[in-house]
Amino acid sequence: MKLTIPEKEILNPGHLACQGCGAALAMRYALKALGRKTIIVLPACCWTVIDGPFPYSSAGVPLFHTAFETAASCGAGVNAALEVKGKNEVTVLSWAGDGGTMDIGIQALSGAAERGDNLIYVCYDNEAYMNTGIQRSSSTPHGSWTSTTPVKAFKKGPKKNMIEIMAAHKIPYSVSASISHPEDFIAKLQIAKQLKGVKFMQILSPCPAGWKYPSNLTVKIAKLAIETCIFPLYEVKQGRYKVKKPANKKPVSEYLKLQGRFRHLTGEEIDEIQKNTDQVWKELLKKEKVFG
Amino acid sequence: MKKFITGNHAVSFGAKISRAEVIAAYPITPQTEIVEKLSEMVASGELKAKFAKVESEHSALAACIGASAAGCRSFTATSSQGLALMHEMLHWASGARLPIVMANVNRAMAPPWNVWSDQTDSLAQRDTGWIQFYCESNQEIVDTIIQAYRISEKVNLPAMVVLDAFILSHTSEPVDVPEQKKVDRFLPSYDPKYKLDIDQPHAFGGLVNPEWYYEFRYKIACSMEEARGLINEVGKEFGKQFGRNYGLVEKYRSNDADVILVVSGSLSSTAKEAVDRVRKKGRKAGLVRIRAFRPFPKEEIRKLAKKAGVIGVLDRNISFGNEGIFFSEIKSALYSQKRKPLVYGFVVGLGGRDVRCKDIEKMIDSLYKKQGLKKDINWIGLKK
Repeated sequence: MKLTIPEKEILNPGHLACQGCGAALAMRYALKALGRKTIIVLPACCWTVIDGPFPYSSAGVPLFHTAFETAASCGAGVNAALEVKGKNEVTVLSWAGDGGTMDIGIQALSGAAERGDNLIYVCYDNEAYMNTGIQRSSSTPHGSWTSTTPVKAFKKGPKKNMIEIMAAHKIPYSVSASISHPEDFIAKLQIAKQLKGVKFMQILSPCPAGWKYPSNLTVKIAKLAIETCIFPLYEVKQGRYKVKKPANKKPVSEYLKLQGRFRHLTGEEIDEIQKNTDQVWKELLKKEKVFG
Repeated sequence: MKKFITGNHAVSFGAKISRAEVIAAYPITPQTEIVEKLSEMVASGELKAKFAKVESEHSALAACIGASAAGCRSFTATSSQGLALMHEMLHWASGARLPIVMANVNRAMAPPWNVWSDQTDSLAQRDTGWIQFYCESNQEIVDTIIQAYRISEKVNLPAMVVLDAFILSHTSEPVDVPEQKKVDRFLPSYDPKYKLDIDQPHAFGGLVNPEWYYEFRYKIACSMEEARGLINEVGKEFGKQFGRNYGLVEKYRSNDADVILVVSGSLSSTAKEAVDRVRKKGRKAGLVRIRAFRPFPKEEIRKLAKKAGVIGVLDRNISFGNEGIFFSEIKSALYSQKRKPLVYGFVVGLGGRDVRCKDIEKMIDSLYKKQGLKKDINWIGLKK
């Protein structure tokens, strides 16, 4: 049997992720794709804990812990230093959660994108502030419970569309990915590695604790997100759209029903989510048609 | 080489001859000229460095932190609101033990908007673990940036070189910009033992539980103590090689003084003139200029206080709800001493208000008479 995912592990065992953590898988695949010549810049996020407490580190590559809003700017500094020292073979990987990316970190990321700093920016998207105890972020989807959007006042309005925001910066590569599709993620990282500038990747990383599901369902739920098109898998490469279409598009209820964070939703509310999902999907396909 | 330059350009030349490798900065009045000059130097190839034109001061220091962690000598400059915006990263730089050097052009905090001189911006950063130097002249600015790198890189702590808005930043003075070859001998290239290195992967700044955090802080405190000695040592060595001596403090006619003024920054020049004038009238006044605020020159202050009966501290800053910051620090240094002189605090020149020689002469006069002086704050020249 031919394995398509690199067998070599860089991420060490013994990290501190929760059981079934999507973010741990995401990093494992990212390091497989990028190899040892990588420097990680890590702001406040779950991964601050996952890597392990002093003096331990599970990443297997140099890692600099930085402040919440500085994944991109600190990464830009590391990249500047590598440029000065002529170390062109090293990849700078800024690795942040959705809060550190879409909320507090968006200014620095926008700045880095505009300047064309050479780094791969991965946002592992678990759709809330999981490290501080499941508070809503601007990536929390419509209808979701979080500890700051309680059932009676669940999150209203769509996720911030970060891939489009980044694509609007005219960066070379702005893509979504999912831990349920590692081959796709690894291939995208390998493309990103070859391109100059900010390469933005948003990988859906389900969180059993925050999304309220049994930890063995992580991959299944991530897969359903793609199959229901609630989290479409697509790329914007130099302005050209390419969308991955599921063989059988499933209803969003299949994705929602497995997760406690959506348990309170009525049939009508689920229909509303289905309608919005279909609309966004239609728009995306249209973009692919026009800009494919 | 002698140049007739502003304080801001003195900063730019200081960074250049220190061979800063990564510069990241955001413009803010009155610091902008520093950034402009450095941009020119990098663009023309005169300075071989990477200049990151970032979108905020917070990002400027974050970029310097990344660059320094990856093994490059890093530099930034800011002022007032910009420094306040950076505050979080100031802690990050010292906590990560990165010897970044930053120039801060002392400017008042808003509102109301005010771009003129006032020390409250940098003194609010007192507890961030940065070495702080307050410069009197443009010459001292160039010289201090070179020394700041030398000291910082020895103790692994960042350093802030402070200059007064407009009084120094936009005023031209003749400055001897040291020769590159001589500076290279004085300041070897930055090659940290621990850095982000793919051949030796380490994680820096990760989670530390209460079992270890305390020791990390203790080590910073120890390094600050080491810096205390080094500032004098490096200042003397600089004197040997470049002919200009520096230390934690500068004493001016203080050996036989019965009344001593404690001052900092460019105000010191005016105060020296005031001391000269009252000396002519037969009064034995003297002056101490605090050059290094962190680490604080406790011993130097204590030695002086052994002789003088009265000390007057001039603060171009105010800690609301208490008093001038230098004043508090001076008193605190003297508390453990057997013989305690009378110490009076003067708050002067906030937001760039002119402090004239005759104002300081009056202060010295009042220190002799000890009349009309309040024990904590004396506001000088306040409009009724």
